[in-house]
Amino acid sequence: MRIILRIFLVPFLLWSLVSRAEDMIKIGVILSMTGGTAAFGEVTWTGMRIGRSIRPNVLGKEVELILVDDKSDKIESANAAQRLIQKEKVIGILGDVASSNSLAIAPIAEENHIPHISPASTNPIVTLNRKYVFRACFIDPFQGEVMAKFAYNDLGAKKAAVLMDIGQDYSVGLSNAFQKTFTKLGGKVISRVNYLSGDQDFTAQLTAIKETNPDVIAIPGYYTEIALIAKQARELGIKTTLISGDGAEAPELTEIGGKAVEGLYYTTHFDEKAISTPLGKKYVEIFRKKYNHAPDALGALGADAYLIMLDAIERAGSTDPEKIRDEIEKTKDFQGVTGVIFIDSNHNAVKNVVIRQVKGKESVYVSSVNP
Amino acid sequence: MEVFFQQLINGVSLGSLYALIAIGYTMVYGVLRLINFAHGDIMMVSTYIAFFSLTGFSLFGFIVPQMPWYVSFPISIVLTGVLGFLMERFAYRPLRNAPRISVLMTAIGVSFFLENLGLVVFGGRPKGFPTPGLFAEIFYVKDVALSSLSLWIPLITLIFLGATFFLVYRTKSGIAMRAISRDIETPQLMGIDVNRIISLTFIVGSSLAAVGGILLAMRYPQINPLMGIMPGIKAFTAAVLGGIGNVVGAALGGLTLGLIEIFFVALFPDFAGYRDAIAFIILIFILLFRPNGIMGEKLPD
Repeated sequence: MRIILRIFLVPFLLWSLVSRAEDMIKIGVILSMTGGTAAFGEVTWTGMRIGRSIRPNVLGKEVELILVDDKSDKIESANAAQRLIQKEKVIGILGDVASSNSLAIAPIAEENHIPHISPASTNPIVTLNRKYVFRACFIDPFQGEVMAKFAYNDLGAKKAAVLMDIGQDYSVGLSNAFQKTFTKLGGKVISRVNYLSGDQDFTAQLTAIKETNPDVIAIPGYYTEIALIAKQARELGIKTTLISGDGAEAPELTEIGGKAVEGLYYTTHFDEKAISTPLGKKYVEIFRKKYNHAPDALGALGADAYLIMLDAIERAGSTDPEKIRDEIEKTKDFQGVTGVIFIDSNHNAVKNVVIRQVKGKESVYVSSVNP
Repeated sequence: MEVFFQQLINGVSLGSLYALIAIGYTMVYGVLRLINFAHGDIMMVSTYIAFFSLTGFSLFGFIVPQMPWYVSFPISIVLTGVLGFLMERFAYRPLRNAPRISVLMTAIGVSFFLENLGLVVFGGRPKGFPTPGLFAEIFYVKDVALSSLSLWIPLITLIFLGATFFLVYRTKSGIAMRAISRDIETPQLMGIDVNRIISLTFIVGSSLAAVGGILLAMRYPQINPLMGIMPGIKAFTAAVLGGIGNVVGAALGGLTLGLIEIFFVALFPDFAGYRDAIAFIILIFILLFRPNGIMGEKLPD
């Protein structure tokens, strides 16, 4: 009896697997759902799912997103990419947020000729000289430039201190671009000190900075460290204005930083008040209805990465990864969630930068800078 | 000069934290010759207990209200002591007669277990620790900023160091502890309840980890399930630096390590990202040239 059951069951199971693979378009997602940048992974995933709910089908088939957690770790990211390509046979990969992790995914996507779109990795080398790797956001040099211009022109800062996370490619890239532009404008970077992500104590670095008495302190790192740095800076009696990049954007910034991060400026990708496209309005509407608070940048970028991929699949009229790649490269004037997006020859998205400031528990819109 | 004093205070405050955690490490090692790698993770659990009793929570319909710090911190210390007891009872005691390497591997296993349990139960996103007002004040002496915590931490460390010292050298249980550290079989013949003493050691060691954890969470108000790893390793380094097994040595080692770290960053700001490496280079050199540490006695074996 058991043998008979097995004879019937095995082909049935096989058949169901095959039919499933044919009906669905599989896209792999690699995000940090646990570990140091877990907040990034969670909000990006939320945004991607809203993107999918706006557009769940392409070429008459349903899209399946397969999520793998990379635990905020480079090696885990590479393993996740291998698994998605070899085992799940995905036709495209979306992820991760931290540049270091995307840099681990990119070579694997490249090797296997699978198109890879990072939603929010802003370090230039992620896509540099790569055929299959793209991003849905602008790059560090541009963000660093805007930070420097804003500090020099709008805040009137002449002397800046930079506190750089040497463990993150993102922070190094942003710090260099900031320093270059700030110096070119006529300002001076009077002190530049390092830390390593995961550090808890920054009092030694901050005491050194305090002595040089800067007009502005640039902290182009991630939210946990920014919050701790701000807190310790205020404890040491440093009242200088703080400025950082999009790594600051997470609810934890104010939860951990409290009053210390009040007034901090940061550059980012998205603000409700800067929306210009119908897709953006739809995204905000769904987000507001579901979560009842203001939508964040990373979620919007997650949705954009997904929608750029789907737009390319549609135009390619096929699920062949090579053809999809060609179409992603041709993306121009795409009316995405975060704005009008062009993909340039280096596979970066070109679009406007938003500047926001922390007020209480929320961030408010300050201005937007066009490319 | 002001900068020097500021850095000195920064260093003492960081070093005292390492010291407090290192004392628990060294106590367990002294008695069982076991490096309890889960010590840092025990500390992590204590910060979450303190966090949830400070902010209040609801579980299965029960609503536990917010509690003031003078209630929630003792709760955390006691519950962490219980956790230490359970850990010893179920993970280490069954291996009492097994080779030392098996117990060491179990310690690493307990460490991973607590970290991953933390990820499942508390989630991976860091939480902001609500520092009570009493500990959040800041004074200025001329230009030197003194957060009240950087005074509280050395003070509390000193108090607990004294208490531990009293326990180990002036009480009957302490004499038993020291006897067990020399030889585990003979005390049993003398009518000492070895299991009870070892449990006591773990309870005290874990409670000290809780005190250290709460101070750490107030000083660096960010808690996450993996937060115990680095301070755990640093405290281990401090314990080795001071001479593992020696309570006063652990305190001195912690203080030294904190000061070295801060002054390394202060003197070589360009290499500030390598401060962890400095701690480990010290560990390697101590192990190579003075394995008994600053205060370590020559071990009888």
